[in-house]
Amino acid sequence: MQKIRLRYAKRGRLRFTSHRDVARAFERALRRAGVPMAYSQGFNPHPKISWIGAAPTGVASEAEYVEIQVVEALDPASLARVLDAALAPGLDVLEAVQAGPGGLAERMEASDWHIELPGVDPDTLSVAVERLLAEEHVEVERLTKDGRRLIDARPAVIRAEVTESGGDTPGVGIDMSYPERSCGILRVVVRQTTPAVRPDDVLSALRVVAALEPPVPAKATRTAQGRLDDEGGLSDPLALDRQAGLG
Amino acid sequence: MFPRLEPLLPRVSKPVQYVGGELNATVKEWDSTTVRWALMYPDAYEVGLPNQGVMILYEVLNEIPDVLAERTYAVWPDLEKLMREHDVPQFTVDGHRPLGAFDVLGVSFSTELGYTNMLTALDLAKIPLHAADRTVDHPVVLAGGHAAFNPEPIADFIDAAVLGDGEEAVGEITDVIRAWKAEGRPGGRDELLTRLAESGTVYIPRLYDVTYREDGHIDAVKPNRDRVPEVVAKRTTMDLDAWPYPKKPLVPLAESVHERMSVEIFRGCTRGCRFCQAGMITRPVRERSIDGIGAMIQQGLEASGFEEVGLLSLSSADHSEIGEITKQLADRYEGTNTGLSLPSTRVDAFNIDLANELSRNGRRSGLTFAPEGGSERIRRVINKMVSEEDLLKTVTAAYANGWRQVKLYFMCGLPTETDEDVLQIAEMAKNVIRAGRQASGRKDIRCTISIGGFVPKPHTPFQWAPQCDPDTVDSRLRKLREAVNSDRDRSLGRNIGMRYHDGKPSLIEGLLSRGDRRVGRVIERVWRDGGRFDGWSEHFSYDRWVAAAAAELEPLGVSLNWFTTRERTEEEVLPWDHLDSGLDKQWLWDDWLDALDAREQDDCRWTPCFDCGVCPAMGTDIEIGPTGRKLLPISPVGIGSPVQNPALAKS
Repeated sequence: MQKIRLRYAKRGRLRFTSHRDVARAFERALRRAGVPMAYSQGFNPHPKISWIGAAPTGVASEAEYVEIQVVEALDPASLARVLDAALAPGLDVLEAVQAGPGGLAERMEASDWHIELPGVDPDTLSVAVERLLAEEHVEVERLTKDGRRLIDARPAVIRAEVTESGGDTPGVGIDMSYPERSCGILRVVVRQTTPAVRPDDVLSALRVVAALEPPVPAKATRTAQGRLDDEGGLSDPLALDRQAGLG
Repeated sequence: MFPRLEPLLPRVSKPVQYVGGELNATVKEWDSTTVRWALMYPDAYEVGLPNQGVMILYEVLNEIPDVLAERTYAVWPDLEKLMREHDVPQFTVDGHRPLGAFDVLGVSFSTELGYTNMLTALDLAKIPLHAADRTVDHPVVLAGGHAAFNPEPIADFIDAAVLGDGEEAVGEITDVIRAWKAEGRPGGRDELLTRLAESGTVYIPRLYDVTYREDGHIDAVKPNRDRVPEVVAKRTTMDLDAWPYPKKPLVPLAESVHERMSVEIFRGCTRGCRFCQAGMITRPVRERSIDGIGAMIQQGLEASGFEEVGLLSLSSADHSEIGEITKQLADRYEGTNTGLSLPSTRVDAFNIDLANELSRNGRRSGLTFAPEGGSERIRRVINKMVSEEDLLKTVTAAYANGWRQVKLYFMCGLPTETDEDVLQIAEMAKNVIRAGRQASGRKDIRCTISIGGFVPKPHTPFQWAPQCDPDTVDSRLRKLREAVNSDRDRSLGRNIGMRYHDGKPSLIEGLLSRGDRRVGRVIERVWRDGGRFDGWSEHFSYDRWVAAAAAELEPLGVSLNWFTTRERTEEEVLPWDHLDSGLDKQWLWDDWLDALDAREQDDCRWTPCFDCGVCPAMGTDIEIGPTGRKLLPISPVGIGSPVQNPALAKS
């Protein structure tokens, strides 16, 4: 029995997949790739796959994580290769490592989000972000299956800034379908809390504090997840596993 | 045009259904192809994606080098509204191209309840609703699927229809279009449609004139030009082993109604159940061989990663080698976490053996049987040759083998049916519970009875039958529910579940099934009034259909009841008489008279030919085994996966 941790990306139009869609696609890709998965016992055996907090439907990500158990010792790099080939383009395996000591989930303290707002002037966005950061609490409304619910979106926001360009993150770029309009880009580091504060909630908070109404829906991408350092940066959650593998 | 659609997607439910990107989907370069098909399943993506017909034709067409085929499905009202607001046309999910740009829009109708959804798609695509208003630049709107055996109610909206199997027909239609385009589209749309009609493969409604008598009956249906045949016959694909499609099943990202891959183990059925249109119009029986099935399953599993395989057909336990197929597949996939399933409908102990074999390593949850009628008499009327004794023997064997739940399918509103026939369903279910308790020694077994409303269909012996009115159906179902829960047997009733729908949607399905061209006005009015997704109870409005039928039909001297609850006579010209399913009309009429006398008819698969007419008319013959061949084992098995991947290095 071996545990392997994977980082994968959810890109392009596949950002519209829900977590259940991604889970199904992974299970099928693992079978197509012939990965010797470990299965649970019982009448209805399931492959052993542990998901670590998935990005919401409609949000892209460069930093999703999952842990799988296999019954034969495998080379993680070759697993990453064959699994990536078996997955639909847009669900891309970026890295695989053999699991080291300690759980993966507790290394996920915060996420770095990159939110494109086509049609929103960067200066207007900057003013709104300043107002948000000046508040201690901002209650926003979220529609759930059980109706409306209020959550405080502000305390989870650790850092927020407006940037000029798409940056150098792969898979993230300015939406070319609105070339004639300006595009404000918000980078925001949000702590993993319960209930989770999502990119939508941050945008709702901007609406509350500054009446910011994007003319078209924003496009959000998670660029990193991990443990928070003192400067509000995020450390690579697989670094510990990589070190354990070398030692 | 995806960039125009994308901003709308965060605002609709389940946006993933509109983005495409399915595993095994094909997106060809538009300019590298000469004939382009859009294939539509006119229901929600989750229903349409797994449809075998669309999947097969999509692959067959895309294998032709200069042909492109893409798929489109009905969009839900939330997206429809946004598409109208933002002027986004109906699109294909593969290349996100507007439907109007294709040469052909093929629409597959498994059920008539998709008609209004086709109108939505045409309208969103800015294709004129009426075929007569289309120009040379609009796609040929082509109907297929079982409902196309009577396309008269949608004759105003479609340009063409194909009856029967599509594998070869799509290639022939492509050839006609390719030649016509290469010649510079001579004679415009009219010449193209005439050439299609001339080929004998395609029915072009506007090339036939329908005349009516004063009493509302059809007088005659005649071609209105020389080059067009009097009668259009169905297509039959022979030698299924030569057509192993789908080779690479589409695997959606979104959840669909069938989370498994399907392999069609034979086509056609000759059991002769008189209510069953599928069994009548898909004759003769053509089996896929055991090794053909084995190869398709392995190839499909490798290409899809599905965990379950369904062995599909109209009556799968009737395959001449089904015992060997199930045993050898169960051997081959043992230890690979691959489930095998057989839609069970045959009521005999043999079926239990098959089910036991397929569930060797898994849970034995539920088995399904379809006695269809509650009383012995009504089962003779519908030619479903099952005695209550057989059924009880079968379910006893099922419960004794560890199965915990038995599901029984029935119909209500069958010809000659009385309250007593339907009430017998309650008795049967109670006897099933009694037998099951005795066989299993347990009290927690269950029996679910599921009851559908009967709709008389064209090309069946019941095409002349009066459809039962919804009030009678509803009242019989109410009485049945009371009988199931009657005081004396309360403990039995608690173990019986009952599922049914009210009779109203069936009456509308009846109108659309046996209607003629005059019913098109009703469909259009319902659609203009907001009718969408008529197969979904939360969207279906009976009142809207009744009001539209009254407004459009009564001025013509006919009515909803005229088309549904009226019994037809032998002399009557039926709207589909010029469309040939191969069945001899005299044979159908005699079978109808036999039904009224509760006389049964054998199955030609095991007994001599009874002259239904299909084989001589269509130049076909039954194709059945046994072949005696064996499946090769896939080695080594037992590592938990049906796929071996040499690229996966061990550490």
